[in-house]
Amino acid sequence: MVRGALFAAALLSVLTTAAIVLSLLRETISFFGDVPVGDYLLGTKWTPLFSGDQQSFGVVPLVTGTLYLSAIGLLIAVPLGLLCAVYLSEYARPRVRRAIKPVLEVLAGVPTIVFGFFALTFFTPVVLRDFLGISVNQFNALSAGTILGLLVLPTIASVAEDAMSAVPASLREGAFGLGASKLQVTLRVVFPAALSGIVAALILGASRAIGETVIILIAGGQTANLGIDPTQSYQSMAAFIAATSRGDIPTGSIEYETIFVVGFTLFVITLTLNAASIRLVRRFRQVYE
Amino acid sequence: MTGAQIARSALAQRTVLPRASGAGRLWDLLFRIAMYGAIGIGMLALGTLLFDVARDGLPKLSWSFITSFPSRIRPEAAGIESALVGTILLMAITAVIVVPLGVTTALYLEEYADRTKWWNRLVEVNIQNLAAVPSVVYGILGLAFIVRGPLGLGNVLLAGGITLALLVLPVVIIVAREAIRAVPPSIREGSLALGATQWQTIWKQVLPGSLAGIVTGIILALSRAIGETAPLLVIGAAASPRFNPDGLFSDFSALPIQIFVWTQDPNREFVSLAAAAILVLMVVLLLMNSVAIWLRNRYEQKW
Amino acid sequence: MVTTKKMPMPPAPAPATPPEAEAKAVETIFDCRDVSVSYGDKLAIRDVGLSFGRNEITALIGPSGCGKSTFIRCLNRMNDLIPGARVSGTVEYHGLDLYRADVDPVQLRKRIGMVFQKPNPFPKSIFDNIAFGPRVAGMDGDIEEIVESALRRAALWDEVKDRMKTNAFGMSGGQQQRLCIARALATRPDVLLMDEPCSALDPISTARIEDLMAELKQEYSIIIVTHNMQQAARVSDKTAFFSVELDAADGHRIGHVVEYDDTQKIFSNPGDERTEAYVTGKFG
Repeated sequence: MVRGALFAAALLSVLTTAAIVLSLLRETISFFGDVPVGDYLLGTKWTPLFSGDQQSFGVVPLVTGTLYLSAIGLLIAVPLGLLCAVYLSEYARPRVRRAIKPVLEVLAGVPTIVFGFFALTFFTPVVLRDFLGISVNQFNALSAGTILGLLVLPTIASVAEDAMSAVPASLREGAFGLGASKLQVTLRVVFPAALSGIVAALILGASRAIGETVIILIAGGQTANLGIDPTQSYQSMAAFIAATSRGDIPTGSIEYETIFVVGFTLFVITLTLNAASIRLVRRFRQVYE
Repeated sequence: MTGAQIARSALAQRTVLPRASGAGRLWDLLFRIAMYGAIGIGMLALGTLLFDVARDGLPKLSWSFITSFPSRIRPEAAGIESALVGTILLMAITAVIVVPLGVTTALYLEEYADRTKWWNRLVEVNIQNLAAVPSVVYGILGLAFIVRGPLGLGNVLLAGGITLALLVLPVVIIVAREAIRAVPPSIREGSLALGATQWQTIWKQVLPGSLAGIVTGIILALSRAIGETAPLLVIGAAASPRFNPDGLFSDFSALPIQIFVWTQDPNREFVSLAAAAILVLMVVLLLMNSVAIWLRNRYEQKW
Repeated sequence: MVTTKKMPMPPAPAPATPPEAEAKAVETIFDCRDVSVSYGDKLAIRDVGLSFGRNEITALIGPSGCGKSTFIRCLNRMNDLIPGARVSGTVEYHGLDLYRADVDPVQLRKRIGMVFQKPNPFPKSIFDNIAFGPRVAGMDGDIEEIVESALRRAALWDEVKDRMKTNAFGMSGGQQQRLCIARALATRPDVLLMDEPCSALDPISTARIEDLMAELKQEYSIIIVTHNMQQAARVSDKTAFFSVELDAADGHRIGHVVEYDDTQKIFSNPGDERTEAYVTGKFG
C-alpha cells in the first residue's frame, strides 16, 4: 500500500512531462494549421507581431540567433572552464583549492538576472564602449554572449573538475613512474580518462546556454537577426518566448501560438542535446577497476 | 672502472641531467600561464560584478527601501516590499508542494522500485530529462495549464508557486535520491534482520540518516527557485505592484521580476534601485546557502 | 665523483659484459648513504645505507609500515610527488647524486622503471599502454618494434599479439601486472623497482612473474619490496631486512635497516637476532 502511494507520487513526474509535451503540442499543431511547416522551419524572416503582409513566421533567425549567442558564450566558457578545472584538479595546492572551489560554487549560484543586469549596465557601456572602444548597439550579441559564457563557466569548470578528480591516483602514479612530466600526465592520462565526464560538462554548459532567457532578453535585444555581426542585437528563442508572453496576447490567437511553437522547438533541441549527452557519456566512459 | 661501466655511467648522467633545449619546459610554462589566466579572469569577472552591484546599490539600501512599495515615477520613494514578500511567499508555496512530492518520489525510486520494470525506468529517464528542460519552458507549461487552460487560476501567486515547484521538483528528487543512496545497505539489512518492515526501516533508519542531505538539497533547490525570472515572466507576474499579495489568488511580484523591470528603466535612478534589489536578493540567497552548508556540516552522517 | 659538464660523447651503451671478466666485483648501480625521509615533521625512515649491484635481484623485506616502499621510492624520486616529503642523505645512481639541484626527475624516471603493488594499466589499448613511455620520452625508432620488444621481454607477446588494440582492462590481474612490467621496460631502463608486485595476484600469476624476474635479471637490475619471505628467498640474490622502531616522543613508527647480506645468509644464518626472529616467523 505504501508502495502504491509512493508510486503515485513518482508518477507525477511523468505527468509533468506529459503536460509539458501536451501543452506545447496542442498549440503547435494549431499553429501549423495556419502556417505551413516549411515556412516555419525554413523561413528566414521572423516578424510574428507585425500585422498584415509584414507578418512572417520563419524561425531560422531565432534558431541561428540562439546558436550564435551560445557559440560566443561557449567560446569563452569552454577553454576557460576546462583550464580552471585542470588547475583545480591537478595543479592547485589543497589550500588554494579549498579557497577557490567555493568561489566557483558561489558564481554558479548567482541568479541569471544579476548577470543580465551586469551585461546591460556595466559590460556594454563600460567594458565594451568605454574601455575597449568598440561601437556597439545598446543591445548586442557580444555583451549577451560573453556574459552568457560567464554564466556557464562555473558549471563547466565544476563538472569537469569532478570528472578529473575522480581519476584514480594510481593512474597518475603509473604515468609519473614512466617518466612523464606533469603536463604529459595531465593531458595524456587524466584528460582522456575523464573524457566522459568532460563531455557531459560541455553538453551541460551548451544546454544551459541555449535555454537561457533573461541575459539575452535584457542585453541582447528584441530583434530576430539573421547575421553574425556581434555589435548588433539578436534574439534567442527563449528570449522571444518571455518577451512575447509579457504582452497582452489573447488565448488562441496566432501570436499566442508562436510562444508554444518556439517553445516546442526549444524543447526538442534541449531534449536532443540531453539524449546525445547520455549516449556520448556512455560511449566514452572508462572503467578503471 | 671498465669501459662499459664508464659508458653506462655517462649514459645515466647524460639522460638524467636536464637537456639544454627546453621545448617541454616552454609548453609547461605556457600552459601554466593559461591556467592562471583563466582563474584570474574568473575571479576578476566575479569581483567586477560584485563591485559594480555594490557600488550602485549600497547607497540605496535602507529600511524604507525594504518597506516601501515600488513606484513607477518616483525613484526616491520606491521600495521592494511587495517583491520581497512575493518572493518569500513563493518560496513557501514551492516548499509545501515540493518537499512531500520530491521526497516520496525519491523514496519510491530508491527503496521500492524494481529497476527491471519498464515503467520505473521510464520514471527515471523522465526525471533526468525534466532536469535538463530550460526554465522558460516550465513557464510555458504554467501559462498553458495553470494560468489559462484547465486549471485557469489566472496569473496569481498560487500559479507562480506551482510553476516553480514543478521546475525544481526534478532537482529535489535527484538530490534526495543521492542522500538516500548514501545510507549503506548494511543499515537496512540490520534493521530488516531484526524484524522491522520495509516501511519501518525507511521511516526509522533511512530517512533520519539521509535527512541532512535531503534538507540541504531542498534548501539549495529553493534558492534556485527564487532566483528564477523567466518562468515568472511567462506566466505574467505583475510589474511594480503597489500592494502585497493578499492571498493565494492575488496578483504578485517577486524580487527577480522587480529587478528585471527596474534594470530596463531609462531613468538611471531606477537602475540603481535594481542594484539595491539585487543586493537584497543576494543576501537572501547567501542566508539560505549558509543555512544549508551549516546544516550539512553539523548533521551530515559520515558512514 | 665523475665530472658532468664536459663529458666527451660516449658511444651507445655497451651490452652486458660477461660476468667472468669481473668475477666477484659486481658493478654498483645504486649507492645510498644515510638516507632519511620525513613526511612533514614525522620521520618515516632513518639512516638507510644500501647499495645495489648490476644484474642482481635485491629483496627488501620486513613487517608492514617499516618504510620499504618509502625507501624504494627515493630511488626514482617518486617521493617528490608527495607534498611535504623531505629526503636527506645521498642516493647515487651510476655515481651521480640523484638529489642534486640540476637533476631532472622526469628524465630520471625513464632510466629507472617502476612496477606498483596494484596493477595500474591506463584505460587505453594494450598497445597504447606500452607505447606511452616511449612516446612521452620522444624515443626514436619504430614504435611498433619498441612495443613488441617490450612485450617479448615481459613474456607477454604471444598472449596479446592478436589483441593489441583491445582495452587493457580486459586482461586478468596477472596479465595486467605483466603488462605494467612490459610498460616499464619499454623506456629501456637499466633498473626495475618493484613495490610488492605480486601481493594483489593469485599464486599462479605470482609464480609466472617470479620466473620472469629470473629472466629479466640478465639484462636489468631489480630491487623488489616484498611481504612474502618465501618469495624473497626464492628469487633474490641479496636481501635487506627492515624493521620498525617507535619514536621516543610520540610513538610513531620509524623504519631502518637491520641487516643486509646475501640472501642465503639472511635466511639460513642471519647475523642479527631480530632478523632471525623475523625470518623464522617469530614475529611480523
